[in-house]
Amino acid sequence: MATRTDTSAPEATKVPAKAIEGRSLGRIAWTRLKRDKAAMAGGITVILLIFMAVFAPLIVGWFGHPPNEFHQDNALLAAELGGLPRGDFLFFENSGISGDFLFGLEPQNGRDLFSEVVYGARVSLLIAFLATLVSVLIGSTMGVIAGFFGGIVDTVISFLMNVFLAFPLLLFAIALVGVLPDKAFGLSGNSLRIALLIFIIGFFNWPYIARIVRGQTLSLREREFVDAARSLGARGPYIIVKEMLPNLVAPILVYATLLIPTNILFEAALSFLGVGVQRQVVGEPGVTWGGLLSDAARNSVVHFMFFPGMAIFITVLAFNLFGDGLRDALDPKSKR
Amino acid sequence: MAGPAGLECPAGPAAQAEIVVTFFIRRTIGAVLMLFVVSIATFLIFFGLPRLAGATPETFAARYLSRTADAHAQQVFAEKLGFYDPLWMQYGRWIKAIFVGTDYDYGTGIEHCAAPCFGYSFRTNHAVWTDLLDRMPVTVSLTVGASILWLVTGVGVGVLSALRKGSFFDRAAMTGALAGVSLPPYFTGLMFLYFFSYQFDLTAPGGTYVDFTDNPGEWAYSLILPWITLAMLNAAAYARFTRAGMLDTMGEDFIRTARAKGLHERVVVTKHGLRAALTPIITIFGLDVGLLLGGAILTESTFGLKGLGYFAIDAIGKQDFPQIMGVTMFAAFFVVVANLIVDMLYAVVDPRVRLS
Repeated sequence: MATRTDTSAPEATKVPAKAIEGRSLGRIAWTRLKRDKAAMAGGITVILLIFMAVFAPLIVGWFGHPPNEFHQDNALLAAELGGLPRGDFLFFENSGISGDFLFGLEPQNGRDLFSEVVYGARVSLLIAFLATLVSVLIGSTMGVIAGFFGGIVDTVISFLMNVFLAFPLLLFAIALVGVLPDKAFGLSGNSLRIALLIFIIGFFNWPYIARIVRGQTLSLREREFVDAARSLGARGPYIIVKEMLPNLVAPILVYATLLIPTNILFEAALSFLGVGVQRQVVGEPGVTWGGLLSDAARNSVVHFMFFPGMAIFITVLAFNLFGDGLRDALDPKSKR
Repeated sequence: MAGPAGLECPAGPAAQAEIVVTFFIRRTIGAVLMLFVVSIATFLIFFGLPRLAGATPETFAARYLSRTADAHAQQVFAEKLGFYDPLWMQYGRWIKAIFVGTDYDYGTGIEHCAAPCFGYSFRTNHAVWTDLLDRMPVTVSLTVGASILWLVTGVGVGVLSALRKGSFFDRAAMTGALAGVSLPPYFTGLMFLYFFSYQFDLTAPGGTYVDFTDNPGEWAYSLILPWITLAMLNAAAYARFTRAGMLDTMGEDFIRTARAKGLHERVVVTKHGLRAALTPIITIFGLDVGLLLGGAILTESTFGLKGLGYFAIDAIGKQDFPQIMGVTMFAAFFVVVANLIVDMLYAVVDPRVRLS
């Protein structure tokens, strides 16, 4: 962003030059991003994961069995081993991994772990994306207001951010999910839970975005083009929307991308602790990676922990790689 | 108070001391204010929100009574505990009990609850405060061990990576660190437990904890896996912070000056580079330790360690409001105090902070 205004200043009168300059930031970032193999790998994984979540029923139809189907016949689950699946694969003892059950079977109830992991992506990504959106909306608004107006407004908002950072967030989120009712806002069951989780996770993470936006706004406010706009008679709201926001898009985009994996971990932690989306036997299964891990913790069977855990790990890693790459690509001061 | 005079010419020692004292007082007031806001929020979540969602004074009272209690008993009890009073009065009573203690009249005689009084559990009737103190050693042991481990490894790896930027070590360490921050502690914890304890029997199984005063060796043996699990996550993050900070610092003019003076590279790195790069790390470290002292929820529940985090989850699962509120305030207290200590240390080390 720094380069954009600096270089365009000498030929600010030429309209076409400005258009080319405007495009070049995105193009520079894209060429940089393309060269970054780790970021591209992360980005492609993210896209594949989104496809997996959207087309979960199709994928499960091709490679597995419906997530709520129980396979309890003695050929698959060994009654003499307390319901552990039959069959070893590598170090996955008693996993039941086969061409038919790619990730093996769940002990005791014999559900197809592959399809559960595939369906788990749905809840995880849905909550992470929408919660990030909530954080970005609240955080950018608060950050811009604090940075632009300064004074008492800034003091109050900054204090509020500090209060949020002083909260034991996970504890608060768990407690909050616990006290809320089973029916509200015309929603019930898991739809209500998902909505609440989105709101709670998003609401607790806004200071993270707000701090960055506030800092950027503070430095943008002192720049010449803002002075120029002001001297031409532009008012606060116009300057914020037309002059500041375009310059804030890049940092917001980067930190939103980096907030998604945090939110995935947050949701998985809540599910692991048993306060996330609840499992359903009929309809949309409501299976989560954190929930699967929490079930797996109860019986020491390694494949049951490994696949849901790896799903969280790969998803979070992919977003982190992509976010890091995006930050390097969009940051003109980047040392690469 | 930060006049330009203070920035340009160093004030006398007396004036310096005054600035520091004013700064400390201001920050302490800020911390108290913060705790006040947190306490209001906590209270509103547990006593305000359920009201909006349709809870009545009787349903609150019912939590203290056995399931067989009739509506009349609930009303009497709600009256006794003051659930019919406006919210601000109930809040005032709660805060007052924390500072000066309170007397409960359960009808069978007056029971005195001494000064930090967080009330009694719905279920066990234990005083929340003594329960919290009982759980403290586990959480402190876990936090102290893990924090030393991650600070040493994280900063060490970060510094080495920065000094050998672009090398194989740097790339391997940073890939490892990125993987480390992406691994949820309950996943690594479960895998560690499975392999090291269940399969190879090298470490203590989950749920074991031996007090330090009973047997220090057993204490360390029972905590080694939780320490590693908790440290891994943070070590990875610290390695990334340290590397970035170190790279920034080593590009500064004063490092060039130090080198130009002919200082030994080791001295340049440790006395000039590391010292400047570590200051923000210490801030984050203080906050992280403060946060963990309020309960390492995920690690504790993965390993079945009965610390504050485990206590909190248990209390939330059973909807035991006095316990939940007690542990939340306790945890918030640690975060705020850690914040305060870090601020003050910072002000002593770096004079620019208190002038801003």
